[in-house]
Amino acid sequence: MSRTPLDTVEHAAATPDVELPWAELGLKKDEYERVVEILGRRPTGAELAMYSVMWSEHCSYKSSKVHLRQFGEKAPQSDALLVGIGENAGVVDVGQGYAVTFKVESHNHPSYVEPYQGAATGVGGIVRDIIAMGARPVAVVDPLRFGAADHPDTKRVLPGVVAGIGGYGNCLGLPNIGGEVVFDACYQGNPLVNAGAIGVMRHEDIHLAKASGAGNKVILYGARTGGDGIGGASILASETFDDAKPSKRPAVQVGDPFQEKLLIECTLEAFKEKLVVGIQDLGAAGLSCATSELASNGSGGMRVTLDDVPLRDSTLSPEEILMSESQERMCAVVEPEKVDRFLEICDKWDVIATVIGEVTDGDRLEIYWHGGKIVDVDPRTVAHDGPVYERPYARPSWQDELQADDANKLPRPGTSEELKQQVLQLVSSPNQASKKWITSQYDHFVQGNTVLAQPEDSGMIRIDEETGLGVAIATDGNGRYAKLDPYAGAQLALSEAYRNVATTGAKPLAVSDCLNFGSPEDPAVMWQFAEAIRGLADACQQLGTPVTGGNVSLYNQTGEAAIHPTPVVAVLGVIDDVARRTPVAFQEEGQLLYLLGDTREEFGGSAWSQVVHDHLGGLPPKVDLERERLLAEILISASRDGMIDSAHDLSDGGLIQAVVESALLGGKGARLVVPDGLDACTFLFSESAGRAVVAVPRSEELRFNDMCGARGLPVTRIGVVDGDSVELQGEFELSLEELRTAHEETIPALLK
Amino acid sequence: MTARIGVVTFPGSLDDRDTQRAIRLAGAEPVALWHKDKDLHQVDAVVLPGGFSYGDYLRAGAISRFSPVMETVIEQAKAGLPVLGICNGFQILTEAHLLPGGMLGNDHLHFICRDQKLRVENADTAWTVDYASGQEIHIPLKNMDGRYVADEYTLDKLEAEGRVVFRYLDFNPNGSLRDIAGITNEAGNVVGLMPHPEHATEPLIGTGRTDGLPFFTSILKKLVNA
Repeated sequence: MSRTPLDTVEHAAATPDVELPWAELGLKKDEYERVVEILGRRPTGAELAMYSVMWSEHCSYKSSKVHLRQFGEKAPQSDALLVGIGENAGVVDVGQGYAVTFKVESHNHPSYVEPYQGAATGVGGIVRDIIAMGARPVAVVDPLRFGAADHPDTKRVLPGVVAGIGGYGNCLGLPNIGGEVVFDACYQGNPLVNAGAIGVMRHEDIHLAKASGAGNKVILYGARTGGDGIGGASILASETFDDAKPSKRPAVQVGDPFQEKLLIECTLEAFKEKLVVGIQDLGAAGLSCATSELASNGSGGMRVTLDDVPLRDSTLSPEEILMSESQERMCAVVEPEKVDRFLEICDKWDVIATVIGEVTDGDRLEIYWHGGKIVDVDPRTVAHDGPVYERPYARPSWQDELQADDANKLPRPGTSEELKQQVLQLVSSPNQASKKWITSQYDHFVQGNTVLAQPEDSGMIRIDEETGLGVAIATDGNGRYAKLDPYAGAQLALSEAYRNVATTGAKPLAVSDCLNFGSPEDPAVMWQFAEAIRGLADACQQLGTPVTGGNVSLYNQTGEAAIHPTPVVAVLGVIDDVARRTPVAFQEEGQLLYLLGDTREEFGGSAWSQVVHDHLGGLPPKVDLERERLLAEILISASRDGMIDSAHDLSDGGLIQAVVESALLGGKGARLVVPDGLDACTFLFSESAGRAVVAVPRSEELRFNDMCGARGLPVTRIGVVDGDSVELQGEFELSLEELRTAHEETIPALLK
Repeated sequence: MTARIGVVTFPGSLDDRDTQRAIRLAGAEPVALWHKDKDLHQVDAVVLPGGFSYGDYLRAGAISRFSPVMETVIEQAKAGLPVLGICNGFQILTEAHLLPGGMLGNDHLHFICRDQKLRVENADTAWTVDYASGQEIHIPLKNMDGRYVADEYTLDKLEAEGRVVFRYLDFNPNGSLRDIAGITNEAGNVVGLMPHPEHATEPLIGTGRTDGLPFFTSILKKLVNA
């Protein structure tokens, strides 16, 4: 069916009264009017398609922009930051001439509609962001949140998401080294599928998304363009699900990891030969995004002939081609004399590559179809001048009541037997149980540089075989804490990820975040969002770890019910020599166990309050960033000087969870004593921040204690690595066998 | 002069660079071979590495088996060239009929990645002389289609001729018949296995064991002494 006449710029100017389906494409009335005002006429169908996807919440950050600015305004001075917010991903200097790029993004909504493909293409998208910076991807991590573990729909969503992440990442040859899996009923209709990736390059290899130099060619390469994911950005990511209509299924993209693997190798080869002036991956909003961003970041304009785009479906309209989110595509800007060599490399890897346009010396983005000009816009108005909303926000009326419902007043275990049962209940609860069923579906070994992978505190990758230079990454985000206090919750997410990196011996350098919230049109959600960003920006400033980029995912709600505010924070760290890394597992019997930091009665939002009492109320643990910094310094020094053989951060589940994990991983038990001044319940289950438990060889005891004393870090001897059980003196003893069964059988039983 | 060991890169190969590193760590010289190039560049042995060549589309190894490089590999393997196929490489070797049997999807239908215990059943092949027969080793395993199958006659023949080179111990990770993890051809120059010895060659990396290094020292010893 042909469209007559073609809706060219000329035609649009001559037919001002034609009604366009702006509402169906997700634009609001005032947004459409703004487009008309910018253009001085009604948009063509193709222009409307571009504006609608690029001005969607997902692409334009229109509700979040005013708050996100704080990450720039409060950014700490950091010599490590080479590329900051605004590019495909931030880039950090890790020394020895190496730069590391990393980022976390969400693929929440698509993963609910179609778990396998939604999650798979989430991995694909973040990996292309990393390649687009000039880096070789070296690892992925996946922070996941699902509905209640025993809900029937979780059995549909979780296995699909896990298989999708594995199916795509494994096939790309990227080790999966970290992430988390958390269950909570609040995510039932809105699972969170966040995907992070790390890439490594030399400083001189950093590439940016800009089209400069009139006459340079614009090359589209990778998969052919099909009808998948059309309008995904505007329809899927920016609307609330009331129910998952089957009609939305075609809006989820389908991934082909084999094509992406070829794309990685061919792009890296082109970089190596210095053939690329600017580069952009095609993700959300497809060609609309790539062309308008490349053009607006460069010095000139761009002219594109849409007829030259290789298609999988020849019936696609120009609007659909512009909106298509077909995966595994990239767009490069190449000097004319280098085009042949670029195409040759693509051919070597059997990757389709086509010149679709060129950089002009004007300032317009012009797109042609069948000889007619169907787009003529200032690319900045598409890519950068989207609407900005100052959404109203207000502290919800229920917040005081929630905080007044003090978890510290919950009944504590009265007998030793009750205490023991609660320990078993905790370590076997879905959130605290071993996630081996999930992580064993991911390849941790590929590339041969994995030093640490989950369930370690952070994933660690060697990046230089000669010197042993490595990077570590941890992601954390406790939605229960953030619900009780979003400002503190975001800071606790950062604190935990920062601590996890330091626990393995690496120095925390920089932050990426994935901010998952409900609808910005709800003032209560908007308040949570504003508070979380304020908290995170303040904490990053204080800890000296700049936010290098990230992603916002809004509208994570079903009907009126929003998810817990869930800021997921990724911290990247560097370690001079991976040989000095500290693992979680107990290494040797007889080593002394020390608890670092202060333990207070802090049960608000804790795993104990959830598992034992099904309770969420009170205040989250107190934030003390200076303490986090000191603890990190001690952990890094102790690792460097060989004073500790294992270390584990204390977070959800408290001390007993950490000790049980270290014991099971090492196959060695522990004898513990409750320190003076604490009750057993607080000792075992409190979630006070700024703590870690370390195993110290007896020969290092004096030196380690002296170091902590001199630096003013509270340190308490709490026991010894010993035997084949975990024993709390005078209270209970649990064999490693019993603990292993409790810890490892929960997840397989729920998902079988 | 040390031995030159070729590592073929197919589109979708993933462990080619890791295998080259393992060869280097063993003291031999790795040589990158490209699937479209029939020339083996005078290498003394060839490794077909792990990965998802051609995305495992159609059937794991089924398309790579027809790559130009495989014409020469098949011809020379029959003439005695030592060839090792790891994971996807093993799948390619069965598709190329250099080794009998074939691979199906794991019986539990999931990808599986684990530190796998194996028993060396045959320490006389070109790739296993540095092990002892009966030795128990740990080698990482990671696959989607790792279930080794063959008809009863073939399985009996493999057993009778000592051509089962590795067997899974304690836990069969994919439903392979008779717990078979790796086999060899009649001449003992072609070996295929699902686990990844190249991922067990450095004390700090992966599982922290080096149980895979003898694969590469075996072939080096064999070639240098030849």
